[in-house]
Amino acid sequence: MNRPARCIVRLLPLSAALLLSGCQWAVLDPKGPIGLQERSIIITATVLMLLVVVPVIALILIFAWRYRASNEQADYRPNWSHSNRIEAVVWLIPCVIVAALGVIAWRSSHALDPYRPLDSNVKPIRIDAVALDWKWLFIYPDQKVATVNQVAFPANVPVELHITSATVMNAFFIPQLGSQIYAMAGMQTQLHLLASAPGTYQGLSSNYSGDGFSGMTFKALALPQQGFEAWLAKVKAAPQTLGPAAYRQLAKASENNPVAYYSQVQPSLFADIVAGRLQQSAGRMVARTAPHAQAATPMPATGAMPGMAGMPATRSN
Amino acid sequence: MSTGPTIAHGGALALKPGYADNAADALRDLRPSSDAVDFELEHHHDAASTAQLGFWIYLMSDCLLFAGLFATYSVLHVRTAGGPAPRGLFDLPYVLAETVFLLVSSFTCGLATLAMGRRSRSATLGWLAVTFMLGLTFVGMEVHEFAHMVADGADPDRSAFLSSFFTLVATHGLHVTCGLIWMGIMMVLVVKKGFTPATESRLACLSLFWHFLDIIWVGVFSLVYLFGVT
Amino acid sequence: MLGKLTLSAIPYQNPIVMGAVVFMALAAIAVLGTITVLGKWKYLWTEWLTSVDHKKIGAMYVILAGIMLLRGFADAVMMRAQQALAYGPHTGYLPPEHFDQVFSAHGTIMIFFMAMPFMIGLMNCVLPLQIGARDVAFPFLNSLSLWLTVVGAMLVNISLAIGNFARTGWLAYPPLSELHFSPGVGVDYYIWALQISGIGTTLTGVNFIATILKMRAPGMTLMRMPVFTWTALCTNILIVAAFPVLTVSLALLTLDRYLGMHFFTNSLGGDPMMYINLIWIWGHPEVYILILPAFGIFSEIIATFSGKPLFGYTSMVFATMAIALLSFLVWLHHFFTMGSGADVNAFFGITTMVIAVPTGVKIFNWLFTMYRGRVRFDSPVLWTIGFMITFVIGGMSGVLMAVPPADFVLHNSLFLVAHFHNVIIGGVVFGAMAGLTYWFPKVFGFRLNETLGKAAFWCWLVGFYVAFMPLYVLGLMGATRRMDHYDNPAWQPLFVVAAIGAAIIFCGIMLQLAQVVVSLAQREHARDLTGDPWGGRTLEWATASPPPAYNFARIPVVRGRDAFWDMKQRGVDMKAAIYRPIHMPRNTGTGFVMAVFIGLAGFAMIWHIWWLAIGGVAAAMVALIRHAFDDDRDYYVEAEEVRRTEILRGRTQLRSV
Repeated sequence: MNRPARCIVRLLPLSAALLLSGCQWAVLDPKGPIGLQERSIIITATVLMLLVVVPVIALILIFAWRYRASNEQADYRPNWSHSNRIEAVVWLIPCVIVAALGVIAWRSSHALDPYRPLDSNVKPIRIDAVALDWKWLFIYPDQKVATVNQVAFPANVPVELHITSATVMNAFFIPQLGSQIYAMAGMQTQLHLLASAPGTYQGLSSNYSGDGFSGMTFKALALPQQGFEAWLAKVKAAPQTLGPAAYRQLAKASENNPVAYYSQVQPSLFADIVAGRLQQSAGRMVARTAPHAQAATPMPATGAMPGMAGMPATRSN
Repeated sequence: MSTGPTIAHGGALALKPGYADNAADALRDLRPSSDAVDFELEHHHDAASTAQLGFWIYLMSDCLLFAGLFATYSVLHVRTAGGPAPRGLFDLPYVLAETVFLLVSSFTCGLATLAMGRRSRSATLGWLAVTFMLGLTFVGMEVHEFAHMVADGADPDRSAFLSSFFTLVATHGLHVTCGLIWMGIMMVLVVKKGFTPATESRLACLSLFWHFLDIIWVGVFSLVYLFGVT
Repeated sequence: MLGKLTLSAIPYQNPIVMGAVVFMALAAIAVLGTITVLGKWKYLWTEWLTSVDHKKIGAMYVILAGIMLLRGFADAVMMRAQQALAYGPHTGYLPPEHFDQVFSAHGTIMIFFMAMPFMIGLMNCVLPLQIGARDVAFPFLNSLSLWLTVVGAMLVNISLAIGNFARTGWLAYPPLSELHFSPGVGVDYYIWALQISGIGTTLTGVNFIATILKMRAPGMTLMRMPVFTWTALCTNILIVAAFPVLTVSLALLTLDRYLGMHFFTNSLGGDPMMYINLIWIWGHPEVYILILPAFGIFSEIIATFSGKPLFGYTSMVFATMAIALLSFLVWLHHFFTMGSGADVNAFFGITTMVIAVPTGVKIFNWLFTMYRGRVRFDSPVLWTIGFMITFVIGGMSGVLMAVPPADFVLHNSLFLVAHFHNVIIGGVVFGAMAGLTYWFPKVFGFRLNETLGKAAFWCWLVGFYVAFMPLYVLGLMGATRRMDHYDNPAWQPLFVVAAIGAAIIFCGIMLQLAQVVVSLAQREHARDLTGDPWGGRTLEWATASPPPAYNFARIPVVRGRDAFWDMKQRGVDMKAAIYRPIHMPRNTGTGFVMAVFIGLAGFAMIWHIWWLAIGGVAAAMVALIRHAFDDDRDYYVEAEEVRRTEILRGRTQLRSV
């Protein structure tokens, strides 16, 4: 196959993919300053590397073609295998690129450290996130409410997340807002994010945690200030509260949980979870609901395990 | 244009500069290609030295295995989960006695190696037996220490500290036990076959193993016991 | 009596699994039946199962890799199909507990039982020939290593029929892999398969380092070794240094699961982060263990088929050593998002980028080997050029993720999956295919069909891009890995494209199977009569194809780099005037027997059949000790027989330049 044909063959799948995908480029279409900085790093680093990669790929194809055995015109030097000048250049170019990327890496690692509070004079809203099997529990320590599989915060207000897991390792991730960070039992990690525009953003766990992992998604609602207060009022009107007993029930394995609200939450709950005082002793038992049972509007939910109608399936492995 | 080692120099042949280290090659290259020049004259294969190199490389891999266990211990030794901690647990004089037995056994192993060099079968077997007894004492003392700890409620599933302690020390103890089994087999081999090249090579490897375990124990003693109680 | 093992361990109610089990059973019966009908059991035992010949051991490794490629690829096809179907209201055809085993098995098999055996097999076949040796340093250990690897692969396959496999991903992170969250036998199958084959691999490392350092032909100084030998040396140093850490990680997880210890549990002081550090301290060198031999293969091929020495030999050697050393300094880039802090993250990000420098140097050196050469486009060269382009793209995405904040949004996404498949398929698999095609005539005496080989290459190349470019896009769209189901319908077309890519690769694999069958049928027409079908430059081409058991009738004296090319230039007559008796190791069944017992012990440990576990280990030890007492372990090939063999193999003059 000749060169142009080969190039087309290679580009075809990529263009098809681009055409088919529409505009849902979460990581490349961020809605917050963290995500924006991360996107610019991705683009900058890619362009820097393409400066080398594109000529190299071109040279590979050019040299392979020009020096093909059937081309008698091309220069043939069967004993030439060393050149200090070429060596110097081929060591130098990658070094320069890597040095540039290294500087970017150093600076951006510090600027975008998940633990670093955002540069803002607005007081952050603190939210505690707990990874359970297979849903996310969000505790608002200052507002003293809690939710499952839905987190809301005012747009343009820094969000200070403290994240832990009551089960295996997970990872908290809202792709359109920026960084992810692991959720691990017995410790808490921190993440600072901000949504610069109101909207509903997809959230997920990005570290595989078992059979119900795919259903462990949530919606992050960035609301205008009034909208946030309205949402808060709705949560505070929920009948259910989250004390130790309700929490233990919630912590049992379940999948595809619908959104749930708790109008009150025990103040020490997050600290107790982190300290391991509320650990499950039994293994995992699962009750599964249909894959897309997450309701768009929240149920004035009970804290009880969803899908109790079916028999919980016990798995012995 | 000659690519060989020599250049014509006004009729006389001289070596090209920089070819001195291949003078023998250079001289041979002056003759037409012949069997003795292009092929090895005799195939020497120093099996013993290859075996020992191989065993050294294995020992390095074992060293890294212990490094992993040491690293794990250094990270986890503070995680006592409210259970027994190093200070109350380790009986330094007892461990010192264990250490002395092991170190002396290394010395007697060396004496066995020297006896092998003298081709003295009885001396070799004698010193190997002494080494064996000292090693066995070490293992026995360690097992006793473990049993005592477990009886006191400091068992390996009590905390991460105890898990990592027992695993590190017991891995060393298991290595010593394997060494003892190997030593027994070697003693039988020496009795049955005498000092063949294979037996000597294996005894050399065994003594390497034994000294290596000694060094690891020094690490254990320092990092785990001494460091733990200070 | 049988521990936890009962008849209910066989997954009768799962039709997909039972289908696979029946297929495997039928295949096994077909193979065993054919051997029986042809009366070849004795031949199999004396010539193959007990062989300590590195060429046969290498061939068996590659055959194992080929079979496991089919198994691992079947898992891949299942995953692609599931993800193409399971969006929105659809759940696909694989329930999560099955899908989770499929992706765990896919990764485990492809890395441990396909890529590793392939590379180790090629090193086995070629390395002693390249350095002018008669065999490796420890032929018995070589046999043991092979059979331990085979036993590990068998355990993974048995998990399909009896019990199930791990549902933890290929690295089995705790606490998910702890007993509390994975109470069944799946993780135990994983652990024992890897521990057993890991011992084999570590022994291989010891073996090959000793071989390279001690058994080179006279005159072959280190800086005259072929580049493949250099990469093999660095690879085996990495194996010896890294695999003990894997052993420790798996052993500590085993102690947690079997004895209730608390290394990585969620309670009583356990720290899962310790496992992640340990496993990646092994894991990163592991991927360099896979790629360095491939780099060596490409170096040999591009030099041979360009008709020029490799450009920049010295810097290639130093680049290889630099890569080997640096591979131990980058492991944290696999978990930037674990929250280690900016200084630590930045340090490891920078070291990761630094490793791209020697790698880039290698690409340039291959490029300038083609420059002013005469490049022949046989299929090994197609694989090489395909590799160069593909690997550069994969390397780019890797360096991108080496910037910690970029990784913060790309970690564990399909972008990551695309990256590592990019470098592993583009690098390791293409290298294995190139090496297979290049060295096949040497090992088996006839060439593989070129037309089918080239067609297979194009299917693999196009199929790879169609299968994995969509995954880069999906990662940028926020899709994470290991999902058995997703809600966003916009992702589905991309998954369909990826599935089509997998189908194209499937065509490539079918073409390769056809290639083997057709080549076998046509072998008389494609015999390699000279031992040097490609105009080779290194010593393996100085023997007959296939070489006799002793490799070289007389060990050549090496005068320079590209030793065989140098001999051809000087017109050396390979037909030696004087033949001498040759000292060779005898075949032994001990390696095979020990591995079988250890495999039984592993199976017993999985199912808690304690008496069988102890018995199996004890029996293996007895076999080893019996072997130690055996004096009849070698023999001499008489000079006259050497001379007759050489004549039979028609050792004629070397092919002229």
